[in-house]
Amino acid sequence: MNDDEAREVVRAVLHEVAPEADLDTVGPGEALQEAFDLDSIDFLNFAEGIHERTGIEVHERDYPELATLSGCVAYLTKSVSGTPASD
Amino acid sequence: MAWETIHKTGQGAAVPPNLVDYDSERAGFSWEAARGQLTGLPAGGGLNIAYEAVDRHAEGPMGERVALRCLDRAGSRTDVTYGELAARSSRFAGVLEGLGVRPGERVFALMPRTADLFAVALGTLKHRAVLSPLFAAFGPAPIRQRLQLGTGRVIVTTPGLYRRKVAPVRDDLPELRHVLLAGGGEPVPGTLDLGSLLEDADPAYEIGPTDPEDMALLHFTSGTTGTPKGAVHVHEAVVSHAVTGRLALDLHDGDVFWCTADPGWVTGTSYGIVSPLVNGVTCIVDEGEFDAERWYETLEREAVTVWYTAPTALRMLMQAGSGAAEGHDLSALRFVASVGEPLNPEVVVWSRDVLGVPAHDNWWQTETGGIMVANYASMDVRPGSMGKPLPGIGATVLRRDDHGKVVLDGEGAAVPAAAGEEGELALRPGWPSMFRGYLGEEERYRSCFAGGWYLSGDLARRDEDGYFWFIGRADDVIKSAGHLIGPFEVESCLMEHPAVVEAGVIGLPDPVAGELVHAYVTLAAGVEASDELRLELVGFARKRLGAAVAPRDIAFDQHLPHTRSGKVMRRLLKARALGLPEGDVSTLESVP
Repeated sequence: MNDDEAREVVRAVLHEVAPEADLDTVGPGEALQEAFDLDSIDFLNFAEGIHERTGIEVHERDYPELATLSGCVAYLTKSVSGTPASD
Repeated sequence: MAWETIHKTGQGAAVPPNLVDYDSERAGFSWEAARGQLTGLPAGGGLNIAYEAVDRHAEGPMGERVALRCLDRAGSRTDVTYGELAARSSRFAGVLEGLGVRPGERVFALMPRTADLFAVALGTLKHRAVLSPLFAAFGPAPIRQRLQLGTGRVIVTTPGLYRRKVAPVRDDLPELRHVLLAGGGEPVPGTLDLGSLLEDADPAYEIGPTDPEDMALLHFTSGTTGTPKGAVHVHEAVVSHAVTGRLALDLHDGDVFWCTADPGWVTGTSYGIVSPLVNGVTCIVDEGEFDAERWYETLEREAVTVWYTAPTALRMLMQAGSGAAEGHDLSALRFVASVGEPLNPEVVVWSRDVLGVPAHDNWWQTETGGIMVANYASMDVRPGSMGKPLPGIGATVLRRDDHGKVVLDGEGAAVPAAAGEEGELALRPGWPSMFRGYLGEEERYRSCFAGGWYLSGDLARRDEDGYFWFIGRADDVIKSAGHLIGPFEVESCLMEHPAVVEAGVIGLPDPVAGELVHAYVTLAAGVEASDELRLELVGFARKRLGAAVAPRDIAFDQHLPHTRSGKVMRRLLKARALGLPEGDVSTLESVP
């Protein structure tokens, strides 16, 4: 997955969890949870949505890597579908 | 399946529990004696929560003790002693005085967990103004509504929360005189900077005479219908906060206590601020949100001894797997308690196996102000049970009739349910932290009582040995991630959207949050159902209500079930969603 594809995954999953959130309004290093008022259940749904859309197993210990858009992109681009990024 | 009782032998405990034997503690307990353990304002000036929580400690040798250990999001750590907290909260009391805020007026706090929150909360109480906390995950609509209902004079918040949640509704709040922003940053027009106000204020403030019955706290909670209710609590509540911290949370001198509750909810005040400080312990104040790794690290690094958290958090930790806990030394942890929704037995046992101590469920609500029913350090735990009533608390389960009303006998007394029989959990009025009313709604307050009991609205049963077991809500209020959500509030919001003519909102079971908010909407004539519209409605509700209150999902339903009087039958919606058989459905509510 390249950067653009990863960004599109984040956009699509975020749209499902928090349709009111506009990804274009945040900087790449800004905390998504704070910027979009996501609570912890939203964040769980976000991580699960990433798994459903990409097949990548997102471990709980990797959640901090998904805190920002750039973090998500880095995580997704280094991951291979079906395996966790950190293994 | 039946879960095995977790036995407590009490033998060889390094720290003997405060409550050694449940029955004898209960028999010997009196609220007068409990009140006697507090100090009271000097020269017979009455009873003030903030004085009991900080000033009386600060004046003695405990002034040097760490009251708050604050962890910011980046992980850095700042200690605040009891002496420093006394001074900072006095400065805030002085700020309020300087602004012309009068005792009894309401100060709202929409703030993250930081030292400033404590200064604001305690300073408000010192000034004898009324503290009303708001939840940061609320959207602008619930915030506006609560500020209006509570006639908020002052709100203290952060620049980000102000911009997103208060500024958009400020024109609707003519009574709101002052907006104070914590956390620095660029000056924002129409607001004052909390930091510089505190700096300029006097660190000494003499607390005025405080009647124990003076209003101290205003906590909003949701009902099935109508607007949120503002539950009024008074300064005398501190007696309950002191006792329950000691008996239900087993707080001891020297403890490091961590309450993870959001400051916007009653737990965040009663046990996030007041109870631990009154008991003189060190509080961990973590600004960050849930993060399994960070939480384990915090428990270990700070050597937390007593931990008060929520079932949703424990279930999320459980989901993270026992591997996440491995390698963390949690041996300092002596007592774990949980509140917010029933704690399923799996979590109790998981906690014992992974954290090293079972999680102790307890029960209370906004109206009760403090813990009412609990599992104690010294008492055997029956996993899944909320435990037994606190010393000083009379609790029972009352029989209900077919319409859900408590059964009264010929003399007007309520009839208790038999052992094992499901009924309404009820409490004998008179404990110090009982709510004294719903602000401006006498009738609604009165309807909470019958036959000499406060009716909790929760269904429960009591087993033969006196353990209480939670069954569910008696009304349609939704319990999600420990928070009560009024379906009416959500339905009203959805109906503001032009595509929606009617909405029914219910809670559906969720393995992590207990229940999640689901909405069923009927679309206006000519409007096509589509996935795009579904997401638009979810976004519409989230923008107004915030993540904590808005529905997680919305389904279209052009045939919502109604009662004869035309109301949406939420119970029937729920039965349908859960696939309950038709036979069960007919008994849920009168079908037209």
